[in-house]
Amino acid sequence: MTMKKVFSRPASLSKTPFHYCPGCDHGVIHRLVAEAIDELEVGDRTIGVAPVGCSVFAYDYFNFDFNQAAHGRAPAVATGIKRTRPDSIVFTYQGDGDLAAIGTAEIIHAANRGEKMTVIFVNNAIYGMTGGQMAPTTLIGMKTQTSPYGRDAATAGNPIKMSEMIATLESPVYVTRVTINSVANLMKAKKAIYNAFKLQKEGKGFSFVEVVAICPTNWGKKPADSHKWLTENMLPVFPLGTFKDTFGVEKSA
Amino acid sequence: MAKVLMKGNEAIGEAAVLAGCRYYFGYPITPQSELPAYLAKRLPEVDGVFVQAESEVAAINMVYGAGSAGARVMTSSSSPGISLKQEGISYIAGAEVPCLIVNVMRGGPGLGNIAPAQSDYWQSTRGGGHGDYRTIVLAPNSVQEMADMTITGFDLSDRFRNPVLLLSDGVLGQMMEPVNLPEPNDYDINSKKWALGYRGNDKNERNLCSSIFLDNDELEEHNWHLYQKYQVITDLFSKGEYKDFAVEEHLCDDAEIILVGYGIISRILKTVVEKCRKRGIKAGLIRPKVLWPFPTAVFERLAKTASQFLVVEMSCGQMVEDVKLSVDGKKPVFFFGRTGGTVPSDFEILNEVDKLVRPD
Repeated sequence: MTMKKVFSRPASLSKTPFHYCPGCDHGVIHRLVAEAIDELEVGDRTIGVAPVGCSVFAYDYFNFDFNQAAHGRAPAVATGIKRTRPDSIVFTYQGDGDLAAIGTAEIIHAANRGEKMTVIFVNNAIYGMTGGQMAPTTLIGMKTQTSPYGRDAATAGNPIKMSEMIATLESPVYVTRVTINSVANLMKAKKAIYNAFKLQKEGKGFSFVEVVAICPTNWGKKPADSHKWLTENMLPVFPLGTFKDTFGVEKSA
Repeated sequence: MAKVLMKGNEAIGEAAVLAGCRYYFGYPITPQSELPAYLAKRLPEVDGVFVQAESEVAAINMVYGAGSAGARVMTSSSSPGISLKQEGISYIAGAEVPCLIVNVMRGGPGLGNIAPAQSDYWQSTRGGGHGDYRTIVLAPNSVQEMADMTITGFDLSDRFRNPVLLLSDGVLGQMMEPVNLPEPNDYDINSKKWALGYRGNDKNERNLCSSIFLDNDELEEHNWHLYQKYQVITDLFSKGEYKDFAVEEHLCDDAEIILVGYGIISRILKTVVEKCRKRGIKAGLIRPKVLWPFPTAVFERLAKTASQFLVVEMSCGQMVEDVKLSVDGKKPVFFFGRTGGTVPSDFEILNEVDKLVRPD
């Protein structure tokens, strides 16, 4: 009797064990990216750009070419790569500190130029790699290393909603926010990431997928509790949904 | 090709195109604006890419991306903008990605002014950004050399996978001179096997452009690897094939006083040397054409015959430190400088020479 293989590692995902903390969402999101690239059969012409932050070593986990960028500059680096090799599939993978703080100018202008690239934005409301500091997306009242009394809107402002901001621009063709707190939402996230890369493969324009994610280590919560906290606290501030879909990719799929 | 009359900044642009550069990323700043303006018009004619970035920071990171994907790529700016690019230059040097960076220097510190200056010597030759790295620094003194050194700069950066800095100033950038342009070079974007997106049959399993080495031993190994590369470059300029390219000597053999200057200053110093000679003062000129690696050997040799050196810069004295290191205390090294945008006249430099050779 022969065994049928029903589940395996995507070809685009390397065999390197993840260095991420137990329960971290990065591993799952990496896998969704790898699956989308495999399904679109573009693994041989994909170039990734890794950020600074927890996913600084993202390049270790994928089987295609990678550039490791400076903090926040991934969209600028990706612009240079995509303009040089327009037939490549180019994406950045960035966290909230990288994309929504130090790299705000780079992401807004890459989106506004309509660079034909894909951005995977992992928003877990905190700086992970540096040990849990306040991020631009940290919730009001949320305690972090640098907001020990809770984020105070009066002095530290309010959580930045990147998807909503980017959706105000005319050039991006797909802007969506997803999460992976349940199987149903995981499947929606998988589809969104697939759509984003599909649009790039078709040369349509700039696509942006925000994944609302957990950081059990720096939130000081167990992984299951973290997803519950995300559902109850983050999703009201960062509502799921598609903010822009110029070509109706979600309907056509 | 026939001689054409061009502004220095434009000559760099055309020479870049002839060198096979098809990618330019930059941000507006005076006094280098003619260069991006030229390329914004010229690059589309050759299926190239011109992007006006949102900042100098973004521009240099676009250069990092394009260079890592195998392009011959350049950016340009002026002093304050080059300060902003330092982060990217450090990453590019660390990841060993070739590119050409043009600095048309203006006065600083801070916003300073838009007049010509040479006050970015330290920033250019000491790394500028963080970490143990070097950039090759070329210093033209004419429109012709701006074109020639642009082409040499691309060749050097590809050969050593290292950023090359073309250090010019507001005078050279703005002035017009006849220039002989070379034949175009057909650069193949698929000539670098290490580049991201390389498509040859001998492709590596995977290419990575990165400057992170988290393990202590790995970073140390990488830093010594870079150091060894810089030693090879230094040898090439001090005794190898670029020996004559690196420095210009004028009437130094019997000189008692040797004037030292680079860029636009060197042209004024040549006039001063001629005037000195007419007045019976045995003056000579050393013009470093390459500022890193610094042409140390010529100073070591001439410190044996000359009795003193006078370094002239449009700064409060930066290159003078390298001259002192090279002369190594064997002869006195003096300095004369003007800053704030004033180019010293031959007359005032001659006065300084007089004070040194006829101290009474």
